[in-house]
Amino acid sequence: MHDSGKVIVGITVFLIVVLSPIWYNALKGQASYVPELKFPINEKQCVESLSYMRTNHIALLNLWKETVVRTGERIYKARDGKTYTMSLVGTCMKCHSNKADFCDRCHHYVDVQPKCWDCHVAPKEVKKEALGDRR
Amino acid sequence: MKRRDFLKIACFSVAGLPARSAFDQLIGKALAKQPGVGKPKWAMVIDIKACVAKPGCQHCIDACHNIHNVPTFNNPKDEIKWIWTNPYKEVFPEQTYQFSSVEVQKQPILVLCNHCENPPCVKVCPTKATFKRDDGLVMMDYHRCIGCRYCMAACPYGARSFNWKDPRPFIKGFRQDFPTRTKGVVEKCSFCEERLAKGLKPACVEACTAGALTFGDLNEPDSQVRKLLALRPSVRRKAHLGTEPKVFYIYEAL
Repeated sequence: MHDSGKVIVGITVFLIVVLSPIWYNALKGQASYVPELKFPINEKQCVESLSYMRTNHIALLNLWKETVVRTGERIYKARDGKTYTMSLVGTCMKCHSNKADFCDRCHHYVDVQPKCWDCHVAPKEVKKEALGDRR
Repeated sequence: MKRRDFLKIACFSVAGLPARSAFDQLIGKALAKQPGVGKPKWAMVIDIKACVAKPGCQHCIDACHNIHNVPTFNNPKDEIKWIWTNPYKEVFPEQTYQFSSVEVQKQPILVLCNHCENPPCVKVCPTKATFKRDDGLVMMDYHRCIGCRYCMAACPYGARSFNWKDPRPFIKGFRQDFPTRTKGVVEKCSFCEERLAKGLKPACVEACTAGALTFGDLNEPDSQVRKLLALRPSVRRKAHLGTEPKVFYIYEAL
Protein backbone atom coordinates (compact mmCIF):
# COMPACT_ATOMS: atom_id res chain seq x y z
CA MET A 1 0.00 0.00 0.00
CA HIS A 2 1.32 3.44 -0.97
CA ASP A 3 1.27 6.35 1.46
CA SER A 4 0.06 4.17 4.31
CA GLY A 5 1.73 6.51 6.80
CA LYS A 6 -0.20 9.52 5.53
CA VAL A 7 -3.49 7.62 5.46
CA ILE A 8 -3.10 6.39 9.04
CA VAL A 9 -2.17 9.88 10.25
CA GLY A 10 -5.15 11.30 8.34
CA ILE A 11 -7.56 8.81 9.90
CA THR A 12 -6.13 9.48 13.36
CA VAL A 13 -6.51 13.25 12.97
CA PHE A 14 -10.02 12.78 11.64
CA LEU A 15 -11.01 10.61 14.61
CA ILE A 16 -9.50 13.05 17.10
CA VAL A 17 -11.45 15.94 15.57
CA VAL A 18 -14.74 14.05 15.28
CA LEU A 19 -14.55 12.59 18.78
CA SER A 20 -13.25 15.77 20.39
CA PRO A 21 -16.59 16.71 22.02
CA ILE A 22 -16.64 13.34 23.80
CA TRP A 23 -13.05 13.74 25.02
CA TYR A 24 -13.72 17.33 25.98
CA ASN A 25 -16.67 16.34 28.15
CA ALA A 26 -14.81 13.35 29.59
CA LEU A 27 -11.84 15.54 30.59
CA LYS A 28 -14.19 18.13 32.11
CA GLY A 29 -15.76 15.32 34.16
CA GLN A 30 -19.16 15.72 32.52
CA ALA A 31 -19.24 12.45 30.61
CA SER A 32 -21.98 11.10 32.82
CA TYR A 33 -24.07 14.30 32.66
CA VAL A 34 -27.81 13.81 32.42
CA PRO A 35 -30.28 16.69 32.58
CA GLU A 36 -32.05 17.14 35.90
CA LEU A 37 -35.76 17.70 35.60
CA LYS A 38 -37.82 19.73 38.03
CA PHE A 39 -40.80 17.65 39.00
CA PRO A 40 -44.02 19.20 40.31
CA ILE A 41 -44.02 19.72 44.06
CA ASN A 42 -47.71 19.32 44.76
CA GLU A 43 -48.41 16.26 42.66
CA LYS A 44 -46.69 12.90 43.10
CA GLN A 45 -48.55 10.82 40.53
CA CYS A 46 -48.57 11.48 36.79
CA VAL A 47 -51.29 10.26 34.43
CA GLU A 48 -49.49 6.96 34.00
CA SER A 49 -46.48 5.44 35.81
CA LEU A 50 -43.15 7.28 35.76
CA SER A 51 -41.41 4.66 33.60
CA TYR A 52 -44.29 4.66 31.11
CA MET A 53 -44.33 8.44 30.89
CA ARG A 54 -40.56 8.56 30.49
CA THR A 55 -40.56 6.37 27.40
CA ASN A 56 -44.05 6.89 25.99
CA HIS A 57 -45.15 10.43 26.76
CA ILE A 58 -45.15 11.35 23.09
CA ALA A 59 -47.27 8.28 22.28
CA LEU A 60 -49.72 9.30 25.00
CA LEU A 61 -49.81 12.88 23.72
CA ASN A 62 -50.37 11.64 20.18
CA LEU A 63 -53.22 9.43 21.36
CA TRP A 64 -54.78 12.36 23.23
CA LYS A 65 -54.39 14.64 20.23
CA GLU A 66 -55.98 12.15 17.83
CA THR A 67 -58.81 11.28 20.21
CA VAL A 68 -59.79 14.84 21.08
CA VAL A 69 -59.43 16.35 17.62
CA ARG A 70 -60.87 13.54 15.56
CA THR A 71 -63.52 11.97 17.79
CA GLY A 72 -64.32 14.82 20.17
CA GLU A 73 -63.91 12.45 23.18
CA ARG A 74 -62.11 14.35 25.94
CA ILE A 75 -61.87 12.01 28.93
CA TYR A 76 -58.90 9.66 29.31
CA LYS A 77 -59.11 6.64 31.55
CA ALA A 78 -55.69 5.85 33.01
CA ARG A 79 -54.58 2.31 33.84
CA ASP A 80 -55.21 2.91 37.53
CA GLY A 81 -58.80 3.85 36.72
CA LYS A 82 -58.44 7.57 37.31
CA THR A 83 -59.87 9.84 34.65
CA TYR A 84 -58.23 12.91 33.16
CA THR A 85 -59.22 15.58 30.66
CA MET A 86 -57.09 15.07 27.59
CA SER A 87 -55.42 18.44 27.25
CA LEU A 88 -51.75 19.37 26.92
CA VAL A 89 -52.10 22.86 28.36
CA GLY A 90 -55.14 22.15 30.54
CA THR A 91 -53.87 18.94 32.19
CA CYS A 92 -50.13 18.32 31.61
CA MET A 93 -49.02 21.91 32.04
CA LYS A 94 -51.16 22.42 35.15
CA CYS A 95 -48.61 20.35 37.08
CA HIS A 96 -45.57 20.71 34.82
CA SER A 97 -46.06 24.44 34.78
CA ASN A 98 -42.43 25.22 34.04
CA LYS A 99 -41.75 24.18 30.46
CA ALA A 100 -38.12 25.38 30.55
CA ASP A 101 -37.23 23.24 33.57
CA PHE A 102 -39.15 20.17 32.47
CA CYS A 103 -39.82 19.72 28.75
CA ASP A 104 -36.96 21.80 27.39
CA ARG A 105 -34.13 20.41 29.53
CA CYS A 106 -34.48 16.91 28.16
CA HIS A 107 -35.44 17.96 24.65
CA HIS A 108 -32.38 20.22 24.38
CA TYR A 109 -30.13 17.47 25.72
CA VAL A 110 -31.29 14.91 23.14
CA ASP A 111 -31.71 17.61 20.47
CA VAL A 112 -35.35 17.07 19.56
CA GLN A 113 -37.58 19.97 18.60
CA PRO A 114 -41.23 19.10 19.14
CA LYS A 115 -43.51 21.62 17.44
CA CYS A 116 -46.17 21.66 20.20
CA TRP A 117 -45.57 25.27 21.13
CA ASP A 118 -45.87 26.68 17.63
CA CYS A 119 -49.62 26.68 18.33
CA HIS A 120 -50.25 25.62 21.93
CA VAL A 121 -49.62 28.29 24.52
CA ALA A 122 -47.22 27.33 27.31
CA PRO A 123 -48.02 28.85 30.72
CA LYS A 124 -44.90 31.04 30.87
CA GLU A 125 -44.98 32.07 27.27
CA VAL A 126 -48.25 33.86 27.85
CA LYS A 127 -46.58 36.48 30.00
CA LYS A 128 -43.87 37.07 27.41
CA GLU A 129 -46.42 37.32 24.59
CA ALA A 130 -48.60 39.66 26.56
CA LEU A 131 -45.62 41.89 27.30
CA GLY A 132 -44.66 41.79 23.64
CA ASP A 133 -48.17 42.90 22.74
CA ARG A 134 -48.05 45.88 24.97
CA ARG A 135 -44.69 47.12 23.72
CA MET B 1 -104.22 -30.42 14.68
CA LYS B 2 -103.10 -33.31 16.76
CA ARG B 3 -102.30 -32.70 20.38
CA ARG B 4 -98.76 -33.96 19.76
CA ASP B 5 -98.17 -31.45 16.91
CA PHE B 6 -99.57 -28.60 18.95
CA LEU B 7 -97.16 -29.30 21.80
CA LYS B 8 -94.22 -29.54 19.37
CA ILE B 9 -94.97 -26.16 17.79
CA ALA B 10 -95.57 -24.56 21.19
CA CYS B 11 -92.21 -25.85 22.48
CA PHE B 12 -90.27 -24.62 19.43
CA SER B 13 -91.95 -21.21 19.55
CA VAL B 14 -91.06 -20.67 23.21
CA ALA B 15 -87.49 -21.88 22.57
CA GLY B 16 -87.21 -19.45 19.66
CA LEU B 17 -88.15 -16.32 21.65
CA PRO B 18 -84.73 -15.61 23.19
CA ALA B 19 -83.08 -16.14 19.80
CA ARG B 20 -85.37 -13.51 18.31
CA SER B 21 -84.61 -10.92 20.98
CA ALA B 22 -80.86 -11.65 20.69
CA PHE B 23 -81.13 -11.11 16.94
CA ASP B 24 -82.94 -7.79 17.46
CA GLN B 25 -80.31 -6.67 19.91
CA LEU B 26 -77.49 -7.43 17.49
CA ILE B 27 -79.20 -5.53 14.69
CA GLY B 28 -79.91 -2.65 17.06
CA LYS B 29 -76.25 -2.50 18.10
CA ALA B 30 -75.11 -2.55 14.49
CA LEU B 31 -77.47 0.32 13.69
CA ALA B 32 -76.30 2.33 16.66
CA LYS B 33 -72.71 1.94 15.49
CA GLN B 34 -73.45 3.63 12.17
CA PRO B 35 -71.94 7.12 12.01
CA GLY B 36 -74.26 9.91 13.03
CA VAL B 37 -76.99 7.74 14.55
CA GLY B 38 -77.99 9.04 17.95
CA LYS B 39 -75.79 12.12 17.51
CA PRO B 40 -76.92 15.69 17.02
CA LYS B 41 -76.63 17.39 13.66
CA TRP B 42 -75.61 20.96 14.38
CA ALA B 43 -76.91 23.82 12.28
CA MET B 44 -77.20 27.58 12.41
CA VAL B 45 -80.05 29.81 11.33
CA ILE B 46 -79.29 33.44 10.50
CA ASP B 47 -82.22 35.85 10.51
CA ILE B 48 -81.20 38.26 7.75
CA LYS B 49 -83.67 40.97 8.75
CA ALA B 50 -82.69 40.97 12.44
CA CYS B 51 -78.98 40.98 11.55
CA VAL B 52 -79.28 43.76 8.97
CA ALA B 53 -81.34 45.85 11.41
CA LYS B 54 -78.12 46.62 13.29
CA PRO B 55 -75.79 48.12 10.72
CA GLY B 56 -72.13 48.08 11.69
CA CYS B 57 -72.70 45.61 14.55
CA GLN B 58 -69.60 43.45 15.07
CA HIS B 59 -70.42 41.62 18.29
CA CYS B 60 -70.39 38.11 16.84
CA ILE B 61 -67.24 38.70 14.79
CA ASP B 62 -65.35 40.27 17.70
CA ALA B 63 -66.40 37.52 20.11
CA CYS B 64 -65.38 34.73 17.75
CA HIS B 65 -62.08 36.22 16.69
CA ASN B 66 -61.19 37.07 20.28
CA ILE B 67 -61.79 33.66 21.85
CA HIS B 68 -60.12 31.80 19.00
CA ASN B 69 -56.97 33.95 18.82
CA VAL B 70 -57.70 34.96 15.22
CA PRO B 71 -55.05 37.48 14.10
CA THR B 72 -55.78 40.86 12.52
CA PHE B 73 -53.67 41.73 9.49
CA ASN B 74 -53.76 45.12 7.83
CA ASN B 75 -53.06 43.67 4.39
CA PRO B 76 -56.29 42.05 3.08
CA LYS B 77 -54.19 39.43 1.26
CA ASP B 78 -53.05 38.06 4.64
CA GLU B 79 -56.53 38.25 6.16
CA ILE B 80 -57.69 35.44 8.46
CA LYS B 81 -61.42 35.21 9.04
CA TRP B 82 -63.76 32.74 10.73
CA ILE B 83 -66.93 34.82 10.55
CA TRP B 84 -67.31 38.03 8.53
CA THR B 85 -69.63 39.96 6.21
CA ASN B 86 -69.75 40.10 2.43
CA PRO B 87 -72.04 42.11 0.12
CA TYR B 88 -75.38 40.46 -0.67
CA LYS B 89 -74.55 40.04 -4.35
CA GLU B 90 -71.45 38.00 -3.46
CA VAL B 91 -73.18 35.91 -0.82
CA PHE B 92 -76.23 35.14 -2.96
CA PRO B 93 -75.08 35.59 -6.57
CA GLU B 94 -78.03 33.56 -7.89
CA GLN B 95 -80.50 35.76 -6.03
CA THR B 96 -79.15 39.03 -7.42
CA TYR B 97 -80.89 40.35 -10.50
CA GLN B 98 -80.67 43.37 -12.74
CA PHE B 99 -83.57 44.83 -10.81
CA SER B 100 -81.98 44.52 -7.35
CA SER B 101 -81.21 47.98 -6.04
CA VAL B 102 -77.61 48.95 -5.35
CA GLU B 103 -78.43 49.16 -1.64
CA VAL B 104 -79.60 45.55 -1.61
CA GLN B 105 -76.65 44.39 -3.67
CA LYS B 106 -74.22 46.07 -1.29
CA GLN B 107 -76.01 44.97 1.88
CA PRO B 108 -73.46 43.22 4.15
CA ILE B 109 -74.53 39.65 4.96
CA LEU B 110 -72.97 37.58 7.73
CA VAL B 111 -71.08 34.53 6.46
CA LEU B 112 -69.09 31.68 8.01
CA CYS B 113 -68.18 28.07 7.27
CA ASN B 114 -71.37 26.28 6.23
CA HIS B 115 -70.36 22.94 7.75
CA CYS B 116 -71.69 21.24 4.62
CA GLU B 117 -73.32 17.84 4.83
CA ASN B 118 -71.36 17.02 1.66
CA PRO B 119 -68.17 19.05 2.09
CA PRO B 120 -65.98 19.46 -1.00
CA CYS B 121 -63.04 20.56 1.16
CA VAL B 122 -63.00 17.17 2.91
CA LYS B 123 -63.02 15.32 -0.42
CA VAL B 124 -59.91 17.07 -1.71
CA CYS B 125 -57.77 17.14 1.45
CA PRO B 126 -54.82 14.80 0.79
CA THR B 127 -53.93 14.29 4.47
CA LYS B 128 -57.44 14.08 5.95
CA ALA B 129 -56.55 17.17 7.97
CA THR B 130 -60.04 18.41 7.32
CA PHE B 131 -62.77 15.89 8.02
CA LYS B 132 -66.44 15.63 8.88
CA ARG B 133 -67.37 14.49 12.35
CA ASP B 134 -70.37 12.28 13.08
CA ASP B 135 -72.28 15.27 14.43
CA GLY B 136 -71.84 17.04 11.11
CA LEU B 137 -69.09 19.47 12.08
CA VAL B 138 -66.46 19.99 9.39
CA MET B 139 -63.29 20.11 11.44
CA MET B 140 -59.66 21.03 10.96
CA ASP B 141 -56.85 18.95 12.42
CA TYR B 142 -54.15 21.61 12.32
CA HIS B 143 -51.54 19.00 13.25
CA ARG B 144 -52.04 17.28 9.92
CA CYS B 145 -52.47 20.30 7.65
CA ILE B 146 -49.60 20.59 5.16
CA GLY B 147 -50.78 23.91 3.75
CA CYS B 148 -51.51 22.70 0.21
CA ARG B 149 -54.68 24.85 0.10
CA TYR B 150 -56.67 22.36 -2.02
CA CYS B 151 -59.51 22.87 0.46
CA MET B 152 -59.48 26.61 -0.18
CA ALA B 153 -59.79 25.99 -3.89
CA ALA B 154 -62.59 23.47 -3.34
CA CYS B 155 -64.70 25.51 -0.89
CA PRO B 156 -67.36 27.38 -2.89
CA TYR B 157 -67.88 29.85 -0.04
CA GLY B 158 -64.36 31.16 0.57
CA ALA B 159 -64.73 30.07 4.17
CA ARG B 160 -61.06 29.18 4.63
CA SER B 161 -58.02 31.35 5.29
CA PHE B 162 -54.35 30.54 4.93
CA ASN B 163 -51.64 31.63 7.36
CA TRP B 164 -49.02 33.25 5.15
CA LYS B 165 -47.22 34.60 8.21
CA ASP B 166 -46.75 33.59 11.83
CA PRO B 167 -50.06 34.83 13.27
CA ARG B 168 -48.91 35.28 16.89
CA PRO B 169 -47.56 38.85 16.68
CA PHE B 170 -50.84 39.95 15.05
CA ILE B 171 -53.23 38.64 17.70
CA LYS B 172 -54.97 41.35 19.67
CA GLY B 173 -55.78 40.34 23.23
CA PHE B 174 -53.89 37.03 23.28
CA ARG B 175 -55.98 34.30 24.93
CA GLN B 176 -54.03 31.68 26.81
CA ASP B 177 -56.89 29.18 26.97
CA PHE B 178 -56.99 28.57 23.22
CA PRO B 179 -54.15 27.56 20.87
CA THR B 180 -53.06 29.76 18.01
CA ARG B 181 -52.35 28.47 14.54
CA THR B 182 -48.99 28.52 12.88
CA LYS B 183 -47.54 29.69 9.59
CA GLY B 184 -48.49 27.39 6.72
CA VAL B 185 -51.84 26.00 7.88
CA VAL B 186 -55.39 26.68 6.74
CA GLU B 187 -58.00 27.67 9.31
CA LYS B 188 -61.72 28.26 9.53
CA CYS B 189 -64.78 28.35 11.78
CA SER B 190 -65.22 25.23 13.93
CA PHE B 191 -68.82 25.92 15.07
CA CYS B 192 -67.11 26.36 18.46
CA GLU B 193 -66.52 22.64 18.87
CA GLU B 194 -64.68 23.28 22.16
CA ARG B 195 -67.71 25.13 23.56
CA LEU B 196 -70.24 22.55 22.31
CA ALA B 197 -68.26 19.94 24.26
CA LYS B 198 -69.00 21.93 27.41
CA GLY B 199 -72.67 22.32 26.51
CA LEU B 200 -72.28 25.97 25.55
CA LYS B 201 -73.57 27.65 22.41
CA PRO B 202 -71.11 29.00 19.83
CA ALA B 203 -69.56 32.32 20.83
CA CYS B 204 -71.13 34.26 17.96
CA VAL B 205 -74.62 33.08 18.90
CA GLU B 206 -74.05 34.01 22.53
CA ALA B 207 -72.64 37.43 21.62
CA CYS B 208 -75.43 38.40 19.22
CA THR B 209 -77.62 41.11 20.76
CA ALA B 210 -79.99 41.27 17.79
CA GLY B 211 -81.34 37.75 18.26
CA ALA B 212 -80.32 37.05 14.69
CA LEU B 213 -78.36 33.85 15.28
CA THR B 214 -79.93 30.57 16.35
CA PHE B 215 -78.00 27.38 16.84
CA GLY B 216 -79.32 23.89 17.40
CA ASP B 217 -79.79 20.26 16.49
CA LEU B 218 -81.48 19.41 13.18
CA ASN B 219 -82.16 15.87 14.42
CA GLU B 220 -84.27 17.25 17.27
CA PRO B 221 -87.78 18.09 15.97
CA ASP B 222 -88.45 20.48 18.86
CA SER B 223 -85.20 22.43 18.50
CA GLN B 224 -85.32 26.15 17.87
CA VAL B 225 -83.63 25.78 14.48
CA ARG B 226 -86.19 23.24 13.30
CA LYS B 227 -89.05 25.47 14.45
CA LEU B 228 -87.64 28.48 12.61
CA LEU B 229 -87.01 26.47 9.45
CA ALA B 230 -90.54 25.09 9.59
CA LEU B 231 -92.12 28.51 10.11
CA ARG B 232 -90.15 30.78 7.83
CA PRO B 233 -88.82 30.65 4.28
CA SER B 234 -85.10 29.97 4.15
CA VAL B 235 -82.24 29.93 1.67
CA ARG B 236 -78.84 28.33 1.66
CA ARG B 237 -75.80 29.60 -0.19
CA LYS B 238 -75.27 28.03 -3.62
CA ALA B 239 -77.65 25.17 -2.80
CA HIS B 240 -77.55 23.97 -6.42
CA LEU B 241 -73.98 22.74 -5.87
CA GLY B 242 -75.29 19.95 -3.66
CA THR B 243 -73.00 20.71 -0.74
CA GLU B 244 -75.99 20.82 1.66
CA PRO B 245 -74.91 23.77 3.80
CA LYS B 246 -76.01 23.72 7.45
CA VAL B 247 -76.10 27.49 7.76
CA PHE B 248 -79.57 28.65 6.82
CA TYR B 249 -80.68 32.21 6.09
CA ILE B 250 -84.29 33.00 6.93
CA TYR B 251 -86.17 36.01 5.70
CA GLU B 252 -89.68 37.48 6.10
CA ALA B 253 -92.59 35.16 6.85
CA LEU B 254 -95.06 34.74 4.04
